Amino acid sequence: MTALLESPEAPAARTRRPAAWLWVLPPLLVVLLTVLYPLLRVLAESWTGDSWTQVLASTLFRDALWRTVTIAAASTAGALVLGTFLAIVLAFVPFRGSTVIGRLIDTVLALPSFLITLAFTFLYGSAGAVNAALSALTGDPAPLLDFLYTPAGVIAAEVTFFTPFVVRPLLAAFSLIPRAHLDVAASLGASPWTVLRRVVMPEAWPALAAGGSLVLLLTLNEFGIVLFTGAKGVITLPVLIYTRGIVTFDLPGAAVIATVQVALSLLLYAGYRVAFARMTTRRGSGDAAVEQPR
Amino acid sequence: MLLWSSRGRTAALVVFAVVVLVVFIAPLATVVAAGLAGSWTGALPSDLGLARFGTALSGQDLASLSVSLQTAFVAGAVALILGTWAALAAGDAPGWLRRLTDAVFHLPIAVPSVAIGLGLLIAFNERPLLLGGTRWIVILAHTVLVLAFAFSAVSAALERLDPAYRRAAESLGASPVRVLTRVTLPLLLPALGAAAGLAVALSMGELGATVMVYPATWKTLPVTIFGLTDRGQVFQAAAGTTVLLAVTLLALIALGRIRGRAVLR
Repeated sequence: MTALLESPEAPAARTRRPAAWLWVLPPLLVVLLTVLYPLLRVLAESWTGDSWTQVLASTLFRDALWRTVTIAAASTAGALVLGTFLAIVLAFVPFRGSTVIGRLIDTVLALPSFLITLAFTFLYGSAGAVNAALSALTGDPAPLLDFLYTPAGVIAAEVTFFTPFVVRPLLAAFSLIPRAHLDVAASLGASPWTVLRRVVMPEAWPALAAGGSLVLLLTLNEFGIVLFTGAKGVITLPVLIYTRGIVTFDLPGAAVIATVQVALSLLLYAGYRVAFARMTTRRGSGDAAVEQPR
Repeated sequence: MLLWSSRGRTAALVVFAVVVLVVFIAPLATVVAAGLAGSWTGALPSDLGLARFGTALSGQDLASLSVSLQTAFVAGAVALILGTWAALAAGDAPGWLRRLTDAVFHLPIAVPSVAIGLGLLIAFNERPLLLGGTRWIVILAHTVLVLAFAFSAVSAALERLDPAYRRAAESLGASPVRVLTRVTLPLLLPALGAAAGLAVALSMGELGATVMVYPATWKTLPVTIFGLTDRGQVFQAAAGTTVLLAVTLLALIALGRIRGRAVLR
């Protein structure tokens, strides 16, 4: 009986398959031509002249590389702390309006990053609102906060912008924890901290690793926030690619920096994929629970 | 429920409210307020008015908005078609090809957009692929960047789709084209709407690749806003950013409606 039922199915599947996978080729070829080929051209361009030795020897490049990595690491740490707190409250401390906040967080993900730098100029700039309010309180006309055009200002802006990227996967992971587990732990006398440490966080590590490595990748590649800051002291690799390539029109030099940056990013991205794969295989589809039931 | 005491709950919610206010609401509110402000020297903006929005919606700035919208919709549409096509076809492909497609389509998310822009600038600046100096190189850059998100949204939705619908249609003798247009695509419609909204929103705000490739005749709104801040006209930049936000939100809501209607069906 089963043989009878399966027999018409099997050959059909076998004959359809070779034709079906050929359909992947047109879009794949388009992307190979428009993404991979340009990146390979960047690699080729970087080998014209002695641009590698020139760029690698310049202190501007080495400073920018170090600054890019430290700013990305600090921003990621900040976003992880802030995002974990926000996600825990959103998931486990129910209050009215939490769905609105969830929506707000989803929307902020799609907004341009330079918005944050622009807002920070008005809020925390030397003539900004917060400094004016502080001056009115203390009577001292000199601005108290003056961090906007330093790496700290960029880190503050990146933490602000990238925190939602941590909140999202964490909310997905948290929504898979049965409420009963928390209630049982609490009824057995566990304090909120113990519940958090022993029940909630073990489930959250994969999501935290995935969110953290994504934010590290995005902060390494961040351009708008740093460009809008416009300060000489906080040039990162992406901004250096722009100034080399467009402002001074040194394409081989820009290509060398871009190659270094692409290699760095791809290495990290591979790490992110591993973390994300671990998260989804352990927890089922990690992304499915992001949308809360209405 | 994690906190049982009402004092702990209140404390957690107060800290939460402060963080949300500082991180999410303050930046958005500040940009809108600065767009409205004539000047801002004290703690609060002063001389509020709509004059800057009048400027932001006329002449050069209006032209940039129109350029941004055209770029976003063309790039979004192409990316959605290509991304959906690739996601659907990759589902039937053998494992190695599926992984290759997945890796290549996600490449633009992994590498900085400035590097993508530099690559396009170098690769498409000579015959027979001469696009440099035209609007098409900007549209191509946006398509490439948005494609990754469209592909990943559609493949995630495809994975969650119950294969039983498709198998039932196939077992009843529906042709592959009929299964695609009558079963798979209608079921994917909410995900396609969401992906289109995200694509348009991301393209509207794109700066890194655009700034590398744009010609003077095809200046998107973020490039114009950067020009304004660079010249110190931060208030006008804030008005431009507010217009950008409003249009982006409208696009997100309009395309989100597709999702709402499809769920009812």
